[in-house]
Amino acid sequence: MKNCEYQQIDPRGLSTPSSTQPCTENNVQRSRRKWEVFPGKNRFYCDGRIILARQSGILPLTLGLIIVTSGLFFAFDCPFLVTHLTVCIPVIGGVLFVFVVTSLLQTSFTDPGILPRTLPDEAADIEKQIDTSGSSTYHPPPRTKEILINQQVVKLKYCFTCKMFRPPRTSHCSMCDNCVERFDHHCPWVGNCVGKRNYRFFYSFIVSLSFHTSFIFGCVVTHLTLRSQGGNGLVLALQENPASVVELVICFFSIWSILGLSGFHTYLVAFNLTTNEDIKGSWSSKRGAEDSGNPYTYDNIFTNFCATLCGPMPPSLIDRRGFLPPEDIPPAVAVDMGRPPFLAKNDTNMEENCQGFALSCTA
Amino acid sequence: MAETHSLQDMRQQAAIAAKVFIQRDYTNGTVCQFQTKFPSELETRIDKQQFEETVRTLNNLYAEAEKLGGSSYLEGCLACLTAYTIFLCMETHYEKVLKKIAKFIQEQNDKIYAPRGLLLTDPIERGLRVVEVTIFEDRSLGR
Repeated sequence: MKNCEYQQIDPRGLSTPSSTQPCTENNVQRSRRKWEVFPGKNRFYCDGRIILARQSGILPLTLGLIIVTSGLFFAFDCPFLVTHLTVCIPVIGGVLFVFVVTSLLQTSFTDPGILPRTLPDEAADIEKQIDTSGSSTYHPPPRTKEILINQQVVKLKYCFTCKMFRPPRTSHCSMCDNCVERFDHHCPWVGNCVGKRNYRFFYSFIVSLSFHTSFIFGCVVTHLTLRSQGGNGLVLALQENPASVVELVICFFSIWSILGLSGFHTYLVAFNLTTNEDIKGSWSSKRGAEDSGNPYTYDNIFTNFCATLCGPMPPSLIDRRGFLPPEDIPPAVAVDMGRPPFLAKNDTNMEENCQGFALSCTA
Repeated sequence: MAETHSLQDMRQQAAIAAKVFIQRDYTNGTVCQFQTKFPSELETRIDKQQFEETVRTLNNLYAEAEKLGGSSYLEGCLACLTAYTIFLCMETHYEKVLKKIAKFIQEQNDKIYAPRGLLLTDPIERGLRVVEVTIFEDRSLGR
């Protein structure tokens, strides 16, 4: 039996003052946050607090349409309706408007559940596992792994960009160049992917938007009807209220798509599916032969709703606002050092001590 | 005879021999669970029961974080009613449990893994994909 001596590693032995000498020159360099070197195609604002896809082209249009339509409603229809009907109308409209805008901004600015890319060590370990299990012929080994989830066979695919086997229900978004957990779809109207962390905001957005457009549509129709009854007919009422006509047109065309989308997503939530799975028909082939092949469903519509929309809020896995270790650590040592877990996340003094060790090791 | 040395001295002697990655266990769905299978590289370093106990406790903690129950539904409904603005000021249940997990891993490292030349990395630092166990080379000090 080998006589090994394992030396106690003292995790609290980091605060030795002698180590700070070599790194005084590092203090001059500003510590960079991780979002500044994030490999995906995303944009960050407010020092990493807000995350958006790089192409967020239609988000201003979405916001603009909502604000303009609601603004016209409050300015031109509400005064008439308040005097002729009730003061509740602008109140309800206001509440719905607030819900719509907050959910939209939350959907757009929240990390949808991006998985960070693997570090070199982990990627190498996975590669090794693939190579050992592959065939010895020239044919490259298949980059899929089959696992059993709730007695159902599920194939996990290997992601060449992120260098890992994608967890179940994870998909790689080509627009954002990220693997996103429970990937639903990339929504250009919202300017972000819809995934595990922001699906509830997205659902709340489309449902509240359905109510909001229906409400505005109903109120505008009531307004024009009342005017045409009291005045000289519908055509004159339309001519006198161009703002209402604009709102009518916008709402009429939006309602079909928004209501349809809300209905579709309600169905998805009830059966615990994602748009991605529904489009690909991942589980539909089993329907009829046995009960639904979806291994993730709780087989109860109410539980599916609660789990998807009211479940615990998962944390963001990409540490956007964490600090990077400064670049002048030699790469080999940097990989070994990583970041010891017992350091507080933003404790830069401790990190500088670590760099000191690294430098003294290689000196 | 084994003595306690500061990490600085250790780093000069203890180089990383290998890293073992404990992968996720998806048999129960997408909940965060890790495989309790004991990796062969750790056979010489730590007791199998001890290691499995650590992973099992970690799994229980993550299950607690993701539990669907009265309190998580209440949090979800309250968040929905306030148009999700409470997430800006309140710490979620999941985040509270993550802090517990970080403390647990630190304790395990201090008491069990560091004396054996091993280091556990908190899975949150690896995107909740793996539990990374760093194995340090064993070198006896000649004094």
